Amino acid sequence: MTNKFDINNTFDPDNENQAPKVSKEVATKLPTPAKGVDHYLRRTDTDPKAAKRAERQVAAFFGASSLFTLIFVVSFFAIPRETKIAVSLIGVTSAQNIVLGTSFGLAILFIGIGAIHWAKKLMPDVEMVQERKEMKPADEVQQEALDAFRVGATESGVGQRKLIRRSLLGALALFPLPFVVMLRDLGPAPKGELRKTAWQEDLHIVTDITYEKIRPEDIPVGNLISAMPENILEIQEEEGNLNERGKSAILLVRMRPEDIKSQQGPDWDYQGIVAYSKICTHVGCPIALYEQRTHHLLCPCHQSTFDLADSGQPIFGPAARRLPQLAITVDEEGYLVARQGFQEPIGPSFWERGA
Amino acid sequence: MSNTTVNKKTPAAYNYVDSRVGFSAALKRNMRKVFPDHWSFMLGEIALYSFLILLLTGTFLTLWYKPSMTEVIYNGSYIPLKGIPMSEAYASTLEISFDVRGGMLLRQIHHWAALFFIAAMVVHLLRVFFTGAYRKPREFNWLLGIALLTLGLLAGFSGYSLPDDLLSGVGLKIASGIIQALPVVGTWALYFLFGGEFPGTEVISRLYSIHILLLPGAILALVTAHLLLVWTQKHTQYPGPGRTEKNVVGYPLLPVYTAKAGGFFFIVFGVTTLLGALVTINPIWLYGPYTPDQVTAGSQPDWYIGFLEGSLRVMPAIEFNIFNTWTFSPNVLIPALILPGLMFALMGAYPFLESWITGDKREHNLLDRPRNAPTRTALGTMSLSFYILLWIGGGNDIIATTFNLSINAITWFMRVALIAVPPLVFIATRRICLGLQRNDLDKLLHGKETGRILRLPEGGFVEVHEPVSEAELPKLLARETYPVWELPQKVDANGIKTPKYRRQLMKAKLSAWWTKGDLPIPTMKEIQSGQHHAHEALEQAHEFGVEPGKEEIVTSTNH
Amino acid sequence: MANLAKFRRNRFASVLVLFFALAVVSIGFSGVNKLVTPAAAKIGSEESLVDKGSALFAEGCSSCHGLNGQGTSDGPTLAGVGAASVHFQVSTGRMPMAAPGAQVMRKAPSYNEEETLALAAYVATFGPGPAIPSEEQVNEWQNASVSEGGELFRTNCAQCHNFAGSGGALTNGKYAPSLGQATPLQIYEAMITGPQSMPIFSDETLTPESKAAIIRYIQELNKSENPGGMDLGRLGPVTEGLVLWVVGLGVLIIFAVWIGARVR
Repeated sequence: MTNKFDINNTFDPDNENQAPKVSKEVATKLPTPAKGVDHYLRRTDTDPKAAKRAERQVAAFFGASSLFTLIFVVSFFAIPRETKIAVSLIGVTSAQNIVLGTSFGLAILFIGIGAIHWAKKLMPDVEMVQERKEMKPADEVQQEALDAFRVGATESGVGQRKLIRRSLLGALALFPLPFVVMLRDLGPAPKGELRKTAWQEDLHIVTDITYEKIRPEDIPVGNLISAMPENILEIQEEEGNLNERGKSAILLVRMRPEDIKSQQGPDWDYQGIVAYSKICTHVGCPIALYEQRTHHLLCPCHQSTFDLADSGQPIFGPAARRLPQLAITVDEEGYLVARQGFQEPIGPSFWERGA
Repeated sequence: MSNTTVNKKTPAAYNYVDSRVGFSAALKRNMRKVFPDHWSFMLGEIALYSFLILLLTGTFLTLWYKPSMTEVIYNGSYIPLKGIPMSEAYASTLEISFDVRGGMLLRQIHHWAALFFIAAMVVHLLRVFFTGAYRKPREFNWLLGIALLTLGLLAGFSGYSLPDDLLSGVGLKIASGIIQALPVVGTWALYFLFGGEFPGTEVISRLYSIHILLLPGAILALVTAHLLLVWTQKHTQYPGPGRTEKNVVGYPLLPVYTAKAGGFFFIVFGVTTLLGALVTINPIWLYGPYTPDQVTAGSQPDWYIGFLEGSLRVMPAIEFNIFNTWTFSPNVLIPALILPGLMFALMGAYPFLESWITGDKREHNLLDRPRNAPTRTALGTMSLSFYILLWIGGGNDIIATTFNLSINAITWFMRVALIAVPPLVFIATRRICLGLQRNDLDKLLHGKETGRILRLPEGGFVEVHEPVSEAELPKLLARETYPVWELPQKVDANGIKTPKYRRQLMKAKLSAWWTKGDLPIPTMKEIQSGQHHAHEALEQAHEFGVEPGKEEIVTSTNH
Repeated sequence: MANLAKFRRNRFASVLVLFFALAVVSIGFSGVNKLVTPAAAKIGSEESLVDKGSALFAEGCSSCHGLNGQGTSDGPTLAGVGAASVHFQVSTGRMPMAAPGAQVMRKAPSYNEEETLALAAYVATFGPGPAIPSEEQVNEWQNASVSEGGELFRTNCAQCHNFAGSGGALTNGKYAPSLGQATPLQIYEAMITGPQSMPIFSDETLTPESKAAIIRYIQELNKSENPGGMDLGRLGPVTEGLVLWVVGLGVLIIFAVWIGARVR
């Protein structure tokens, strides 16, 4: 860089300590006002009246803020919780929420606007320059620091006394072990629960929420029922959780028997009524977006689509496996029952699942 | 300022504390510390302030929220849910919303602030990336930022799940499905997180302790480190008059920066609060309590998980059975774990990769204009387009119903677009950058176009150019090029194999790609003659009676 | 007014209302919704209604559905669809169809209520199908439990129509429409007839009481009470995210630009 006006900005990789970008150094040396680049006097700098006006404006913002804080406190006690008001664009809303929120919001906002107005109009706006130092300290300082460390390390003898060093490293390596071991009781060991559901032979199929047994003649073609095993509430009570509900949920639909292209087992339907797991085989969302004309079932989470007329095969989206089918029949009283449990695990894949 | 009389007496209270703490030296150093002023430097501040708002409102929410999955029958004041069994967590969130005065407001501020927190981190990250602010000495701060973004996403998701409403429950079910799909350890991991099968009775209280203790603690620690580094390294600045690599130009901490940054905190808080007052967010009372057999159309996560939702949706159905014994699910693992893992790893590695390719190990305190680093800018927009496409893919059902499109068509479009669009964006961006560079070069070498057409005595027409203003000149000059590494020889003249040949070859090829299309840097002489020429042309224009430009600009060049 | 209100509670009032309903509703039937034979529909003054419907049908529907509703290449057969289905399709403006597409959209109805009932009565003669539910049956929602309705809604309806009845996407451009404009009668009819992609929810598997509860919940949703402020279409986090990026961050960046801008 002999000629200071030659701004060949090609960086020289061989020179590690090359001075920072030359062009920018040069840029500063181009004719510029000595200080206060690009600085204009504001009206508030030249006109005392303008300054006074700005002062009053700032004070007005702060004053408005105090006012809104008071409005908040008063309306907190004055407005009953259940009062509703109609507001345009919002509709009927909670009077308390909207009054508390807007008063509090404006109280805060005006502090901010006031402070910035103050800074912009009345505080000095001359830009200042401050020098930077390179982050890397001087070589001597680095050496001194390293020396200090080396002296300390030597005095400790950690380098020479291998026995101490190794035993200490061993102790430190083992010390977190109790914490790791204690994590073991975060959950029980899996015992194949993911493969099981409550469904079994002769268990009645009941409607979800209302828990009524179902007769096949009550299901017209195109009908959809979200259903559960009859003992679902007892299981929930007993287990104290909703795990079984997340596994045993099924869908019952009826189609014309001639529309059924295939099933997962011979005659697993009952007069065109088929039962499939409601839990998606992708990542387990409940699916019930059933289109009665196409017999397609769509998952609202990731749009896997299954064809219930064709063994519940996936036909679109990320799900790779068919929905498990539940074989059904009727009991002697004519109510729908499961013929057996699910023949494969329901829901999303897991490593030990197998084929 | 100069004529203000300063009281030299040491206040007794100050002396009392200083005698015990001894902070005068630090205060002296820092009170007038200079911070450059630019709107794009405040994006990170939005994230910081949102975090403070989250801590404040979150603390209030813990006073009423009950992290329990015990079933209760709701008997609060929201009529449409009266008498319904639900978890205590959901019931207490309803209580906060409908029975605690101002509780709805707090909940909504908290949720809006969470969305702001992550959105501001993302735009801050984009600013840092496109201006090259992550270069030496700021690589660690880049890594800290990425760690903060990751923690922010986890904090967001864990908090989103706490109300135990139908929508977040479905989100948690999806998370459980992803965990379950992990090779070898999936089932165990599921059982460890949920204390057994999904949903169990443990997960809400576990997420609660993660959400209110672990994650905010970690974020607070990393934010502190992030700010300390900014403080000691001093903020970067854009090229401009008087600004160099070795100085920082701006306003002192006291008073201007304090007033502006402090004021901005209140503005962010105020805007968040007004949103909380006027716009519903996460209406859990409409979603209903979670039960694992219910679902709603339009099941979506909050925006920051949207890209994962999109990647899960567009992923084709690929699953393998290994020896009919094990199930391996790329259709879940690739979009939900491998893709985000790769995205964050690439982001983290980027500053180091770039400096390896360019060989640039210098400190940089002046920011790059995006156009002056065309390859970087193009990589940035390319990645951004990929992210945005995933994001759109995550909302394909809402888009389908809003614009009367088919979700199947959108999904197929996304599958193609995710592969086809980013490279096109890369090419287009680099061209645009180079075009802008050419424009800058033109200004340097021929002056600025004025739009005034001059008819010459001979009958021809020329456009009058005026010299570039002093304020603009440093910006135009702040461009540099990097050398292309020579292709290494496999064996040198003495027949000795070149060490690390493959790595050198790759580096050479990458640097050729990096600098492809770079324009030459003009010499000062060329610039001076160009500006001089523009000056002369302008004077000529004056002679012909063409309306003059701004007086101060005309007189300030080439003495 | 006070007298009228008092009269409403009079026990003869219900009889009067019932009588009125019988006169209006095309098919003379009461009680639980059963399949009605065409013969049963043809009683008394119904005959004139059927005649009127026949004329309207020939003019407005037969070009697609065939002169006797047997169906053509442009429209399905109407034998056995029942009066409820016709009333739903025509009163929501879906029929007559404007243009073929993935899904027929709701629009302003082309026929008034009387004409619609006439059409329904006529089509009911093609074959047995679900009849229009009685006014009593429909109005039962006013006595139903809103919270039970919510549970049933979330189990049976929300998966397609979304948590607040805002509608949602189905496959290949089809969609479940928003329930905002649906009347209680139309909701009831949709459940028993399963229009377009929608499955049927028969009265035996989803009892009239359950249906009443569901309608009650939808009415509650349609009151559009938003205790938290603007509802953003009740579409969930997508619109929230949009507002955050466009409005929220937009406003903050405008403030940031203001803070950084020079004052003259």
